[in-house]
Amino acid sequence: MANRRQLLTSTAAIAGAACSGVWFPALAQNSKLRIGLMLPYTGTFTQLGVAIDNGFRMALQEAGGKVGGREVEFFKVDDESEPSKGVENANKLVQRDKVDVLIGTVHSGVQMGIHKVARETGVLNIIPNAGMHAATRALCAPNVFRTSFTNGQPTQALGKVMVEKGHKKAVWITWKYAAGDEAGESFKESYVAAGGTIVKELGLPFPNVEFQALLTEIASIKPDAVACFFSGGGAAKFIRDYAAAGLKGKIPLYGSGFLTEGLLDDELAPSAQGIMTTLHYSASLATKRNDAFRLAYAKTYKMQPDVFAVQGYDAGLLLLQGAKAVNGDLSNKKALYAAMESAVIDSPRGKWTMSKAHNPVQDMYLRVVEGKENKVLGVAAKALSDSGVGCKLG
Amino acid sequence: MDLANFFIQLLNSVQYGLLLFLLAAGLTLIFGIMGVVNLAHGSFYMLGAYMAYALTGAWDNLALAILAGTLISISLGWLLEKLLFRHFYHRSHLDQVLLTFGLIYIFEELRSMLWGDDVHSVGVPAVLDWSIQLTDTLSYPAYRLFMLAICTALALGLWLLISKTKLGMRIRAGAFNSDMAQTLGINIVRLHSLVFAMGVALAALAGMLIAPLSSVYPHMGSQVLIMCFVVVVIGGIGSVRGALTAALLVGLVDTFGKVLLPQFASMLVYVLMALVLLYKPEGLFKQ
Repeated sequence: MANRRQLLTSTAAIAGAACSGVWFPALAQNSKLRIGLMLPYTGTFTQLGVAIDNGFRMALQEAGGKVGGREVEFFKVDDESEPSKGVENANKLVQRDKVDVLIGTVHSGVQMGIHKVARETGVLNIIPNAGMHAATRALCAPNVFRTSFTNGQPTQALGKVMVEKGHKKAVWITWKYAAGDEAGESFKESYVAAGGTIVKELGLPFPNVEFQALLTEIASIKPDAVACFFSGGGAAKFIRDYAAAGLKGKIPLYGSGFLTEGLLDDELAPSAQGIMTTLHYSASLATKRNDAFRLAYAKTYKMQPDVFAVQGYDAGLLLLQGAKAVNGDLSNKKALYAAMESAVIDSPRGKWTMSKAHNPVQDMYLRVVEGKENKVLGVAAKALSDSGVGCKLG
Repeated sequence: MDLANFFIQLLNSVQYGLLLFLLAAGLTLIFGIMGVVNLAHGSFYMLGAYMAYALTGAWDNLALAILAGTLISISLGWLLEKLLFRHFYHRSHLDQVLLTFGLIYIFEELRSMLWGDDVHSVGVPAVLDWSIQLTDTLSYPAYRLFMLAICTALALGLWLLISKTKLGMRIRAGAFNSDMAQTLGINIVRLHSLVFAMGVALAALAGMLIAPLSSVYPHMGSQVLIMCFVVVVIGGIGSVRGALTAALLVGLVDTFGKVLLPQFASMLVYVLMALVLLYKPEGLFKQ
């Protein structure tokens, strides 16, 4: 009896092992891969959300519409850039829709919500924009990857450039909120390390745009240069006010590249001429890879891609590479993460790799506004990596 | 800070303050006379800015655009009052808040459908597209001075209208006690339409005037709305004189706060509000 029982249990165990080892992956590969897109489809950041969505889907289409050999099914949630709904919206995708991977998002506050859910549930999360430091620093996680930047990455390349141009005394100005503070922190580090002195730090609450008093103050300080972090509508206003106050042409203006992204129209361009910025991409980057990407994107979506479309596209490329390595079985986490960590992404911005903390190690370009474009002057910092302070991965 | 700079910052303060006044005047009147909490007030400011963008795009003439935009906003205000707000004067503040909060979404969606979600700029008219050199590094755009003049004129005009004319007397009577005013034969229904249309027009006008200086962008109204409420609360609800004083005060505190105490700049205005409320719970000029 004992023998028969042993035989039975071991047979069952073998059958069970066979099931889990052979059967289920086969099943998994036949079922569709569930991809959750949590992006802003309404509100201030709508365009960014749409660009990321477009870029991501384009990467998948170019690969034949399959990820790791599996068909895909999309689940969309509009995060409205509303931080208070971050956790709830992320849970909609993870708990209700049972997605295998969550792509999102733009707003750093909302990202905190996604991050919490990702850490708790272990779902694979690819961040296509939000640059909050914590996600790839103190709160980094094995299942969270970023294909964009950290808030401090662009300005980290700025300090050296400015000192090399002979600007030893600078004023730093930004909105007082997380992204602005993090950009400022990195600028300060790089500028002081290069031998520059920040004579004054100016700030105003986000998203306040009453700059006149601060511009008057800058004029009275007369620094060698001004460095700043602004984006979107506020950036456009800052550029205009800076020129209107007569500072343009007298005190050079530098900034994180978001200052001039997507804003250079007929009205604004004259005020923006000569502004120098650092960013991991420029639409005018003259490489075959970028040209091909821009042409394909313009054909598919009847609009021009921007840096956000590139970040979404790269999120697609990263997922494709990871899924390919595990034949579409995203539950094989160890192999999946290892493949994503060692991925080399052939991006329109240039090839980049993953840092140990899962943030891009990428070139930062120095760009100058000429006409209506951000002309690339060269590489301000080669293979720039965020410090990843406090991250214990790798 | 040397003397020259001090005066330039003073100029900045007054200019910012007067712009806030244009916005807050309408809000305080509507609140004071009709008792309506109008959260959509910022949307009228945004609509004004977008009208300036659309109309200058069509005609390339800011003065004409402002004129047409003012007429449109007066009609819009009149229509909204007749169709919606009129039915909410006697409802609770919560109902009013729900209505006007909903309106914010409707206006934002309309804006998105009509003009998209892009940031736009409006050109400064050629006659005013020059600046005055104040110090060797700073020049003051003529358009800002022009705006200062227009805002001063409007503030003065509003003061004259309210304190010296018969219409102003009716408005004040309506704000003080609308039932009594009605009993005394004032057509309070028409007065309400008028005041509401005027409030909307003032907010839209502020938006149109700021458009060439600022950029025109989504949600620009919700940013100024909070500052407007601060001004109204400090000045005393319903008081135009209070709104003017409070707007100038907020302009001063905000401007000098940003420069002298950059770390605390974002809270100074609210500290001011708290201090005023501590000593004058009804605001500086209670009706």
